[in-house]
Amino acid sequence: MIFLGANKRGFFFLVALLTASVAVAPFLGMTCFSVSELMSLPSDAMEHHIFFQMRLPRVLVAFLSGAALSLGGMVFQAMFKNALATPFTLGVAGGASFGASMYIRLGLMFSVLGIPGVTIAAFGGALLSISLVFGLTKAGRNDSTNTMLLAGVGLSFFFSSAIFFAQYLSDFTQSFQILRWLMGGLAVQGYTTFFDLLPIVSGGALVILYFTHDLNALTTGEEEAIGRGVNVSRTRTILFFTVSLMVAAVVAACGPIGFVGMMAPHICRLLIGADHRLLTWASMLFGGFFLTWCDVLSRTLIAPAEIPVGVITALLGGPFFIWLLVSQKYGRQR
Amino acid sequence: MNSTLLDISGVSVSLGGKSVLANVSLSVKPGEWVSIAGKNGAGKSTLLKCIMRIVKCDAGSMVFGGTPLSSLSQRALARQIAYVPQATGRYSPFSVYEHVMLARYPYLKPFSAPSKFDRKMVLRCLDETGLLDLKDRFLSTLSGGERQKVYLAQAFAQEAKLLLLDEPNTFLDPRCVQEVLQLLKGANRERGITIISVTHDINSAAVVSDRILALKDGLVEYEGDSASFMEATVLERVYNTAFSFVSHPQNGLPLVLPWQAV
Repeated sequence: MIFLGANKRGFFFLVALLTASVAVAPFLGMTCFSVSELMSLPSDAMEHHIFFQMRLPRVLVAFLSGAALSLGGMVFQAMFKNALATPFTLGVAGGASFGASMYIRLGLMFSVLGIPGVTIAAFGGALLSISLVFGLTKAGRNDSTNTMLLAGVGLSFFFSSAIFFAQYLSDFTQSFQILRWLMGGLAVQGYTTFFDLLPIVSGGALVILYFTHDLNALTTGEEEAIGRGVNVSRTRTILFFTVSLMVAAVVAACGPIGFVGMMAPHICRLLIGADHRLLTWASMLFGGFFLTWCDVLSRTLIAPAEIPVGVITALLGGPFFIWLLVSQKYGRQR
Repeated sequence: MNSTLLDISGVSVSLGGKSVLANVSLSVKPGEWVSIAGKNGAGKSTLLKCIMRIVKCDAGSMVFGGTPLSSLSQRALARQIAYVPQATGRYSPFSVYEHVMLARYPYLKPFSAPSKFDRKMVLRCLDETGLLDLKDRFLSTLSGGERQKVYLAQAFAQEAKLLLLDEPNTFLDPRCVQEVLQLLKGANRERGITIISVTHDINSAAVVSDRILALKDGLVEYEGDSASFMEATVLERVYNTAFSFVSHPQNGLPLVLPWQAV
């Protein structure tokens, strides 16, 4: 761990802070609870239901989603050597949004095993996008990272126009429903969403942790990584599918919540450096922490109404990132 | 013991429909320093990339220490061969120490931290290249010469038997060129590390190399010892231009100058 140098202490401080913060979040909302109050409540009390069936699962889903989006951004930023890469860069969110928009526009109403139809449609759209990006990359003259990146960006634009078209053809209610879905939301009832996401996100995180040395090498460039012994083609394919499926699951469940995936990894890099062995954990924790607190704000700022969480993430994260950028001198010059 | 470390036979490469290398063959003995010369676009860098499997060969075979390169995994290949690309346009968000540690990738296991040996090796290579004092600095804050030394330290830390260097002394001032060549000469002569380096610095190549391979339009134009390469007819054939010759005042070796003052 000497490789990590002084960053190690900062990292453990971050872990403690984030864990404590997330433990506090379920107690906050339109009505705030204290631990003693909660313990004294009968199990059939309304407050008990609000805490255990609404707040706690919502915080868990927010943490898991934030962690997954942040991890996705971190991997794509390293893979594409592009600071502007997000988990949505390869068209996953575009595909998912297209699927959800079509579901709403066509007025479909179904659910499978308790999973809402819009979630299934969004996941289907994301899978369509993943297949198209991979297919186009393989069909390209050179099976390169750039081809993958451009195919993803191209598809994102295509889906975005298709969504506009679907909205244009929709009535007022459907159009609003599409717009609201695109803003993202974390309102869940019970633990179904959390347990649906848990294996996908933890499995994805495990795969990414397996490839942290590879990600470090890839950060310096593809040729350098090959020279160090990384099987770039295999690593890229595995990480592409891992991140895409993980992000697809999150977007299908919560909508395309922007900003977390792009900025959380950058903020962590500024705080603890670029070593992915540490950065992966930090991005995961910070992404989860950030989305959890954005969600707390989204449900308390204008309670009893809610602000879409995607609006909060950008409004809060943007200025914070710029402040960090200016105050810490991006690039850790020494 | 096998007397050939690397045997390249009949390698051809086409990029974008254009032939970049055609039927190139080269045999390199352990401990040799072979320089690859030629005009821009002659296929020199492509040949190094083929050996490192960055570029796919269309035809031909490569054998390293009796084992076909194609049968080695990329990680196994990196334990034998270290590649240092051209210095231009390279980016690293890491400190000097962290950057050199990246060279230990072929020896690291997933989910694990670098071992004590890895850390010792990195410090030793930083010491050898005179970079210990700079180990916490970021690459973006270093001069071109210091950065080139970092790349060399990285190549040394990879513990490979063969170094592939793509223009290791381009863009460096004369003193840095001297320092970089001294480091490489030390590795080559004292530790027996085999070197294949692409270069435009004909004079230095003639002094440090055991042999020179010159490419022209993807074909081998010359292969032989350095002294014979420094002849007017050979150089004119390789570079399509005339040169003037002077003798080195200390060792009498021929030095080339451009034929005409610009």
